[in-house]
Amino acid sequence: MDKTLKLGTSSTAKRRVQRLGYGLMTLAALVTVLPIVLIVVHIYSQGLPAISWEFLTAFPSDGMRAGGILPALVGTIWLTIGTAIVSVPLGIGAAVYLAEYAADNRWTRAIRIAIINLAGIPSVVYGLFGLGLFVLFLQFGTSIIAGSLTLAIMTLPVIISTTEEALRAVPNSFRVVSISLGGTQWQTIRRIVLPQALPGMLTGVILGLERAAGETAPILFTVAAFFLPRLPSSIFDSTMALPYHLFVISTQVPGMPVKIQYGTAVVLLSFVLGMNIIATIIRSRARARRQW
Amino acid sequence: MTTAASPNTPAAGPGQMESQAPNDQFEDTKIRIQGLSVGYSDGTESLQDISLDIPANQITVLFGPSGGGKSTLLRTINRLNDLADVVSLEGRVLIDGVDVLDPKLDVIELRRRVGMVFARPVVLPMSIRQNLTYGLELSGEKDPGQFEEAVERSLKASALWEEVYDRLDDPAVSLSGGQQQRLCLARVLALEPDVILLDEPTSGLDPISTGKVESSLQKLKQEYTIVLVPHSVQQAARVADYAAFFLNGQLVEFGMGKELFVHPQDSRTEDYIEGRFG
Repeated sequence: MDKTLKLGTSSTAKRRVQRLGYGLMTLAALVTVLPIVLIVVHIYSQGLPAISWEFLTAFPSDGMRAGGILPALVGTIWLTIGTAIVSVPLGIGAAVYLAEYAADNRWTRAIRIAIINLAGIPSVVYGLFGLGLFVLFLQFGTSIIAGSLTLAIMTLPVIISTTEEALRAVPNSFRVVSISLGGTQWQTIRRIVLPQALPGMLTGVILGLERAAGETAPILFTVAAFFLPRLPSSIFDSTMALPYHLFVISTQVPGMPVKIQYGTAVVLLSFVLGMNIIATIIRSRARARRQW
Repeated sequence: MTTAASPNTPAAGPGQMESQAPNDQFEDTKIRIQGLSVGYSDGTESLQDISLDIPANQITVLFGPSGGGKSTLLRTINRLNDLADVVSLEGRVLIDGVDVLDPKLDVIELRRRVGMVFARPVVLPMSIRQNLTYGLELSGEKDPGQFEEAVERSLKASALWEEVYDRLDDPAVSLSGGQQQRLCLARVLALEPDVILLDEPTSGLDPISTGKVESSLQKLKQEYTIVLVPHSVQQAARVADYAAFFLNGQLVEFGMGKELFVHPQDSRTEDYIEGRFG
């Protein structure tokens, strides 16, 4: 039998199909990048001229048609911190339980399904839930604490699932070695698993908080003030917040200068993109340093 | 130590074992395994009624084709099998007369006394020094002098000191595979255990690194009881003071290494040693 390998050139038709497929997929990739580029370029080109030190540090004046956005910026920072205080320990605790301790049984499967569904609930529904539970039933009133708790619940599924993923990515052989050296399960988690999973966990935490910082609907009924020309003095105060302020000045105030609207959008976008960039830096640094 | 023969110890393996029943064979029996059976949740019965005495300060080799139950036996001795899906466990494993399968036993202390080296060198993601002090830190040791002493002693005992003494704070992953495996051995030695279990510790190593590990073991047996699953029959024959041949969860034959590899009593042992199956 002749087994000589015969190699010829591939047909032009074949190559044409190859090139077409390659081209289409490149196009698909570009189309997905296009919106983010357009949004960023548009917002920044329109809004950057409005940005000044005064814009960031002054109270709104003239029915919000002039002045700055200080109370909204401070409010969003407070809400983000408040959300983090509640959701980070809770989310990480739940993820450690699911990834390290829980057996795979009906009970944990039910928890997982609940978390997945929690992630799918529309944000306005969280807002109504927060209104019912925190504002009215627990009588927190429209306040930073009610808003933070509402945002925290919304953020939990993101933090839990990314943290769990980060924990599961730590090789099991590390756990076995640690146990074989006389480590308890908790010592193993605290000394080996958590430090190794930390960058992945941080990334998830930041992405979750970033979403909380940018949401409008959950804070609409629970914390956000239409116009409140002073800074909050306690967690039971209501406050202005950037996303809601942007909504208000874009739709509710006649004769609003476009420059201020775009300027506010630039600040909100920078806040969120900045967190995103921090998450990306943490992740790539950790990847470069990783020893497994 | 348990030197007296216990008359009701079940004879290990098939008939030909009786002539050399291990019960009072050793002056100093370190580990006495009595009627041990282990079954996993997937239905496999990994060990079937194993009885075996392992002498102190000797290298005892457990060899045979894969799936024979050697690793299961190792992991039962230090209760690492607690992490696996074990559904049935019968028999006793006595170390210095204490049944380590007792549910009330302090497993953490057991694992400190019975160290384990795995087939693949798994260094923890930290420095060389931290790998060595990790076990001590877990046990609550805080004295830096103790750490210093343990690092140097364990690295010298595993023949790694000369190669790493000037870079102890480098990440352990920067070591070569052979060095990593000797670090894993040193990490166990740092805890000053009584028994060292090694599960194919040289399976991924080159011959030179393998030689270094083997010669370390020859020195270490003066202080430690060593149980080794070798990665080849040749290695088994090279290092064994005593050897046990496992086949399909049964102990086929046990005896002095020098005799067993030259004059195996059981035809299955002979076939395996001569490479007729594997």
